[in-house]
Amino acid sequence: MNAVISAIIIAVVQVVLFVFLAPLLIGVIRQVRATIEGRAGAGIWQPWRDLRKLLAKDPVRAAESSWMLRAGPVALTVSSLLLCVLLPLVGTISFLTIPSDLFVVVSVMLIGVVALALVGLDGGTAFGGMGSSRHMTVAALVEPTLLLSVYALSIPAGTSTISAIVETRLLSPEIIISPVSVLALVALSIAIMAETGRLPVDNPGTHLEVTMLHEAMTLEASGRDLAWLEVGSWLKLAALLGLVSNLAVPWGVVTDFSALGLAVGVVSIAVKVLVLGVMLSIGEIFLAKVRLFQVPELLAGSFALAFLAVTASYLVA
Amino acid sequence: MTGMEAGLLLQTEIEAGLIPQTGLEAGLLLQLGLGALAVLTALTAAPFLRSRAVGILCTLIAVTGFLTGLVAMLGGTGGLRISIALPMDPLLLAPDRLGGLFMLIVSGVGILVSLYSMSSTHGPDASRTAWVAMPVFLVGMQLVPAATDSVSFLLALEIMTLGSTVLLLADHASRATVASAGIWYSAMSQLSFFFILAGFAVLAAASGGTSFSTPQAIEPGPANVAFVLFLLGFGGKAELVPLHVWVPRVLPEAPSHVSAAMSGAMVKIGVYGGLLVCVRLLPDGPAWWGIAIMVVGGASALYGILQASVSSDLKVLLAYSTTENMGLVFLGLGASLLLRGYDATAAADAALVAALLLAVSHAAFKSTLFLGAGAIIHATGERNLDRLGGLGARMPVTAAAFGVASLGAAAIPITSGFVAEWMLLQSLIHGGRLDGAVVSVTASVAMPLAVAVIALTAGLALLTFVKAYGIAFLARPRSAEAAKAREVPPLMQLSLALGALFVLALGLLPGPIAALVGHTVSSNPSAAVQSIGLGGVSLPGIGAVLDPIMLVVLSALVAIPVIVSIIVSARGHPHRTVDLPWGGGGSRARPRMQYTATSYAEPLVRVFDDVLKPSRDVQVTHVAESRYLVERVRVEQRVSDVFETRLYRPVLNLFQRYGIVVRHVANGSIHRYLSYSFVALLIVLIVVSL
Repeated sequence: MNAVISAIIIAVVQVVLFVFLAPLLIGVIRQVRATIEGRAGAGIWQPWRDLRKLLAKDPVRAAESSWMLRAGPVALTVSSLLLCVLLPLVGTISFLTIPSDLFVVVSVMLIGVVALALVGLDGGTAFGGMGSSRHMTVAALVEPTLLLSVYALSIPAGTSTISAIVETRLLSPEIIISPVSVLALVALSIAIMAETGRLPVDNPGTHLEVTMLHEAMTLEASGRDLAWLEVGSWLKLAALLGLVSNLAVPWGVVTDFSALGLAVGVVSIAVKVLVLGVMLSIGEIFLAKVRLFQVPELLAGSFALAFLAVTASYLVA
Repeated sequence: MTGMEAGLLLQTEIEAGLIPQTGLEAGLLLQLGLGALAVLTALTAAPFLRSRAVGILCTLIAVTGFLTGLVAMLGGTGGLRISIALPMDPLLLAPDRLGGLFMLIVSGVGILVSLYSMSSTHGPDASRTAWVAMPVFLVGMQLVPAATDSVSFLLALEIMTLGSTVLLLADHASRATVASAGIWYSAMSQLSFFFILAGFAVLAAASGGTSFSTPQAIEPGPANVAFVLFLLGFGGKAELVPLHVWVPRVLPEAPSHVSAAMSGAMVKIGVYGGLLVCVRLLPDGPAWWGIAIMVVGGASALYGILQASVSSDLKVLLAYSTTENMGLVFLGLGASLLLRGYDATAAADAALVAALLLAVSHAAFKSTLFLGAGAIIHATGERNLDRLGGLGARMPVTAAAFGVASLGAAAIPITSGFVAEWMLLQSLIHGGRLDGAVVSVTASVAMPLAVAVIALTAGLALLTFVKAYGIAFLARPRSAEAAKAREVPPLMQLSLALGALFVLALGLLPGPIAALVGHTVSSNPSAAVQSIGLGGVSLPGIGAVLDPIMLVVLSALVAIPVIVSIIVSARGHPHRTVDLPWGGGGSRARPRMQYTATSYAEPLVRVFDDVLKPSRDVQVTHVAESRYLVERVRVEQRVSDVFETRLYRPVLNLFQRYGIVVRHVANGSIHRYLSYSFVALLIVLIVVSL
């Protein structure tokens, strides 16, 4: 089949799948945590109910807030949806003129980061500014790790296109368990945890001002504004977990387009993301949030891993 | 080599005459003529006419420069030859493609600045002296890239420096800081000039001529000396660490349109100088040149953005961010030199084109940002971010233009900054290997380090510009001045909008622009960079493509369902407006409780405590009755420039002590001076007789 048409089909499937999957993933993460902690939990469909509720409410906006409070959440959601289009989640067939280039993907993600930070500032409250400031500090410090770890992963493939990286790992799986790849994946995972506001950098379940990053920025948003902020953040988490799972376990990804392959791809990525979500949730139970000013140490550690991975792949390989 | 062709043509074809032979000659003559006319107009025009009349002439000068640069960049040859009475070669002004590109950059900024200054200048900024200096500054800047021999290069450089110094000092009477900035600027720009002069002198002694167009093989010894001198000289012009100390003093104190011209255009002359040396005068330098440039560039990028991210003064922030951007440009230039040394030609070409694109895009966004800062000062009289806020609703056009330019500075897609940084990163990650083999240990350490530096710089730039835009334009006004702000006059809006459009156009159509830019430095440009699709850019040598318009189309497609559901939801559930934000239930009416720029950067100050060395001063006043109750707390935090306090201060103190000692030697006694001159004469006679 024509490569462009199959790329379009895969992109559409990825977007639809992840819009469905992302709230479910959050529901699963929360439910697993609740079960292990001995609580009943709200069930895995609660995020969907939350969304329905939020979309059916009148948003309340302060008189001095600007268009940013309306546009920012949409920009965040659109940037996360673009991630779902660009990343090789269900299949590695991508568009010719806009491949899943690592730097483009990171920049698209940064659009969402910026939008969220500006929404936080727009409220004109101390909380919003605080969340925004911390969020941007973490984002700034994460970026070196993020770029270097995928740089390390890109060296065996000889390109920064993520679909090509996944395909290379599929063809020669011994790359996956090479020390370089393991180091890079660990560094990438830490960076993604920090970027998506998970433990130990941010506690997604808290509303205390001393601990929160993400929640502080969304305090002034309500109704559909809040809904888009939440959907955008969930989609980002789901897409990035999908990326990590496809880098670590690339099997099941569609490389040659076929209907059966597509079905397998959809099922496999859904299972991979949900399993990773469960693992994340279990892992988070054993972690406490670190102090804000210890986050740089954590990130410096992950940066060291990523740097080691890159230089090792040049000098050892 | 185009330069050589131009030189040969010059020898045969051009003799100074009143009738221009080529488009380039006409353009250069017209610039000089318009410059003279503008100076005369500034001297004679009535005060109420002055700004308009000279502003229009300045715009014409810049437009002429723009067209001349365009002709030169597209490969036009010819130029101007000015015979002088001194016993040396005539002055040659014949821009090659690279010179044309920089003429284009400089005069493009010139157009924006001239339009803006027509309605922004008032008071001392609109004095006769200031308006005389403006055309001098513009013409000087536009002639530097046209110069094809070292004498005219240095001459144009000095004209440019002279014009900018006078413009900087326009407002010296009302603010003491301006005078101090003027002294720093003069000292530092003359220091740079000295290094450049010395570099050219070494080069002229080694090659036996002042013309750029007759490159000769130069011994490694003099070449190395000249390289170091040029790096210091042009590094100072390009605001690189540690010669950047004038930047945070001068750019904030100059009138905003002058800061825009300085940061957007004048600094590019330093970049042009760097390219001139590395590409044209001393091509094929050794690997350590590349490493030296990369180290200086990387250090400048990191230090600049770190200082910018913690600054609360909008113009200081922009000034330091200029150091950052120029650092990235030099990082690209250095990487290109290093990679060329290892024969990784594709990556080297891409790095060089990326450096040029960064320079072009920096000219667009930084001049817009400085003009935007000028608009804020015009409307509020404030440049301290801690006292701004809520300007988005009050100054929508300024807010939009500043926002777009901030996105460019933060390298977010679909702006110009993003494309340039993307290309630089692509060239770096493909530079470590050539055909699957590692090129060298140096490159395998240098490339990841460079990527890390760029990544950290980009991350901090993101924070910096979120802070600058968010604190100034969003939320509630933090002072009465900000609350009373009104949109600036139409002409200022126009130049802001033009600047923002440039930023977007460069970001949306990078392909054709990169291809054009590639022609100026590469002998085989189509192998280095090509235009694909709807204005997309492709790097065939390293197999990377980017089409920003596709990105826009894709985002529009995924946005459709989101927007449809918003419309559906908004029909049933219109939004409600409340007076005050919720603020977690604890919000009071006072906007002072918002986060400020200082508090926004506080986590960063803590994280980078060791580099920034902030000095903090906390004064607690207790209530008279009980020391457990606090009446007021005053916190003052100052982040000084480490280079200034640690490197320049000791040297300055040394000179000061020397000055005190020398006072005894020169105590005013005429007898003593006569005996000094007698001894000096004696020494000269002895030396001559030996």
